[in-house]
Amino acid sequence: MATVSLKKLVKRYDNLEIVHGIDLDVADREFIALVGPSGCGKSTTLRMIAGLEDISDGAIEIGGRTVNDLPPRARNISMVFQSYALYPHMTVRENMGFSLKIANEPKAEIERRVNEAAAILDLNHLLERRPSQLSGGQRQRVAMGRAIVRQPDVFLFDEPLSNLDAKLRTQMRTEIKKLHAKVQSTVIYVTHDQVEAMTLADRIVIMRDGHIEQVGTPDEVFRRPATRFVAGFIGSPPMNLQEATVDDGKLRFANGSSLPLPRQFQPNVAAGQKVVFGLRPDDLYPTGHGINSGDDADVHGAELPVSITEPLGNETLVFAEFDGHDWVSRMLNPKPLKTGDRIGMSFDLSQAHLFSAETGRTLRG
Amino acid sequence: MRDENASHRLKRRLLKLAHAAGLFAAMTIICMPGLWIVLSSLRPTVEIMAKPPAWIPQELSLDAYVAMFSGVGKGGIPVLEYFRNSLIISVTSTVVAIAVGMAGGYAFARYRFRGKSGLFLGLMLTRTVPGIALSLPLFFVYARLGIIDTHFGLIMAYVALNVPFTIWLIDGFFRQVPKDLAEAAQIDGCTRWQAFWQVEFPLAGPGIASAGIFAFLTSWNEFALASQLTRSVNSKTLPVGLLDYTAEFTIDWRGMCALAVVMIIPALTLTFIVQKHLVSGLTSGAVKG
Repeated sequence: MATVSLKKLVKRYDNLEIVHGIDLDVADREFIALVGPSGCGKSTTLRMIAGLEDISDGAIEIGGRTVNDLPPRARNISMVFQSYALYPHMTVRENMGFSLKIANEPKAEIERRVNEAAAILDLNHLLERRPSQLSGGQRQRVAMGRAIVRQPDVFLFDEPLSNLDAKLRTQMRTEIKKLHAKVQSTVIYVTHDQVEAMTLADRIVIMRDGHIEQVGTPDEVFRRPATRFVAGFIGSPPMNLQEATVDDGKLRFANGSSLPLPRQFQPNVAAGQKVVFGLRPDDLYPTGHGINSGDDADVHGAELPVSITEPLGNETLVFAEFDGHDWVSRMLNPKPLKTGDRIGMSFDLSQAHLFSAETGRTLRG
Repeated sequence: MRDENASHRLKRRLLKLAHAAGLFAAMTIICMPGLWIVLSSLRPTVEIMAKPPAWIPQELSLDAYVAMFSGVGKGGIPVLEYFRNSLIISVTSTVVAIAVGMAGGYAFARYRFRGKSGLFLGLMLTRTVPGIALSLPLFFVYARLGIIDTHFGLIMAYVALNVPFTIWLIDGFFRQVPKDLAEAAQIDGCTRWQAFWQVEFPLAGPGIASAGIFAFLTSWNEFALASQLTRSVNSKTLPVGLLDYTAEFTIDWRGMCALAVVMIIPALTLTFIVQKHLVSGLTSGAVKG
C-alpha cells in the first residue's frame, strides 16, 4: 500500500496545456475521487499516474518513489477502465490471472489468488466463461477482479460505472465501497458523477479546466464549497445560484427583488460589491415542508408562484419563480401543487453561500 | 384478417423461392468456368473443341494427368519443379508481405506521425498502377541486377505488389482492437512488445490470416510478371508452366486444363483451412456491450 503525490503536474499536447501544474497528496489507504465535467483533465491526470501518458512537467511519486519515467508495469498499480478492457480471447480465469502469468508466478499461486479474488467478487461460477458471455455488471466485476489479483499499491478507476444502467450503477457503487473496506488499499477514482464521488470517497478533488478547484471531504465540499463552480457541481439538484449586488445590508438581484444579506457574510462584503448568491434546494423550502435548520431569525419568507413541480414520492422538487428565475426547492411531506399556485417559501439564509462575482471564490471568512 | 395473413405468408414463401433461384443462377455462373476446366481436363481435345459445345461428356479419362507427370519428352512437363517454385515464391513473398503489413498496419492504426495520411494515400495509389505496365521497366532493372529467372526476383516483385494491400487490410483490423486492451495489458505487467503479442496480435489474427490468403493467392495465380521475369525450371511458376502446352501450331487444351486443376487444388485447400480461423466478431465483449 502506498501514498501518491502529484507535484506541479503538467500535461501539454503540442502547445495546448491540458493540466496546469496540479498538486495533490493522497494518503495511504485513502479513497480519493477526481471529479469534474468532461474535458477537465481528470482522466488525463489518472492516465499520467498510470504511466499511460507521459508527463510534460512536474513529478509523480508513488510510495515515496518518483515514477515519472517508469513504464506502467513498473509502478505496481492496477486500473479498471471505463470500457473494462477485458481480453476477449481469454476466459475470466485467464483474464484475472494474466498479470500473474506475465510475472511468471507459479501456477498454484495464480490459481489461489484468482480463486481468492473470485470469491470476494462472487465470480466463481463465471471463471470459465469468456467476456462476451457476461453481462455488463459481470464484466465490471471481472475487471475489478483482474485489478485485485495483482495486489497493487494503488488502484486506479477510470469512470468504471458509466457504462452501466442506473440500478446496476448503484449496486456496483456499494460493491466498490465494500471492496475498498476489504482490500484496504489506496484508490484514485475518476468520475464525472458527483453522487459517485460523494458516496465513495474519503476526499473529493474537484477539477475544472486542468485546475483543482477544491479538495475536501464530501461534507466539506458540500457544505463549504470553495468556489461557485464547486457549489454548482456538487449536489443534486444543483444549488440555486444568482448574481446580486450588496446594497445597504441587502442583496439586490437583477430584476429588483432583494433578500437580506446573510449575517455570516456581513463582515466580508462591501456595499456595491457584485456577488453570487447560492442556496441549496434543501435550504429553500415551502414553509412548513423543510428541515428547519438554523435560527428562525435567519429564515426569510416570501410568497412565490410555482412554475413546475417534479414529484419524487417522498419529496417533490418545486420550481418557484423568484426575481425572474426558477429556483428549485425541496418539499418534504409533499402536498399537491399546481403550476401558478402561490406558496410561501422559506429562504434559510444561515445556510446560504456567497461567492465573489469576479473570482468565483467563496466570501466566507 | 386471416386472408391478409395468408397472403403475406404466401408472399414471403414466394420471395424465399425467388431468392433461392436467384442464388442458384448466380452460383452457376460463378462456378461454371471452374467446373468446365475440371471437365475439360478429363475429355479428349476433339470434344473440347466441338462446336456447338458437347455438354454431356462422351468419354472421360485421366490421361492428361498421367501424361503430365510422366516426364519431359513423353508429353509431360516439369510440374513438380514448377510446383516447388510456386510454393517457395508464394509462401516467402506472403510471409514477408504479412510481416511488413503487420508492422505498417500497426503503425498506421496506433501511432500519429507526420505525413501519415499522405503516406497512406501514396501506398494506395501504387495499387492503381497496373502491374503489367511495370513489367518492362522491371525487366530492365532485373536484367541489370542479374536477378532474372531467380526466386528472389519474383519474391521481391510480389512483396512489392502485396505490401500496400496487406498494410491497408491489417490497419483496418488493428483499428478494431480497442486501444484500452493494450493499455490494460501494459498495466498488467506487459512490455509494449508483450502487449502486442499477447493481446493485440491474437485479436487481429483472423484479419491477418485473411490478408495472408489474399497475398498468397495473388502470388500463386500471378502470370503477367512471372512470364517476363522467369525463364527456366529454375524459377518458372505454375501459371507460366501452362504455356508449356502451347506449341507453334497447336494448343493442348486438355493438358492445360489438367495443370490448371493441379494449380487450383492447393489454393482451394489452403483457403478452406484458413477460412475456419476467420472467426469474425472475436473482439466482441472486449469493451462495453
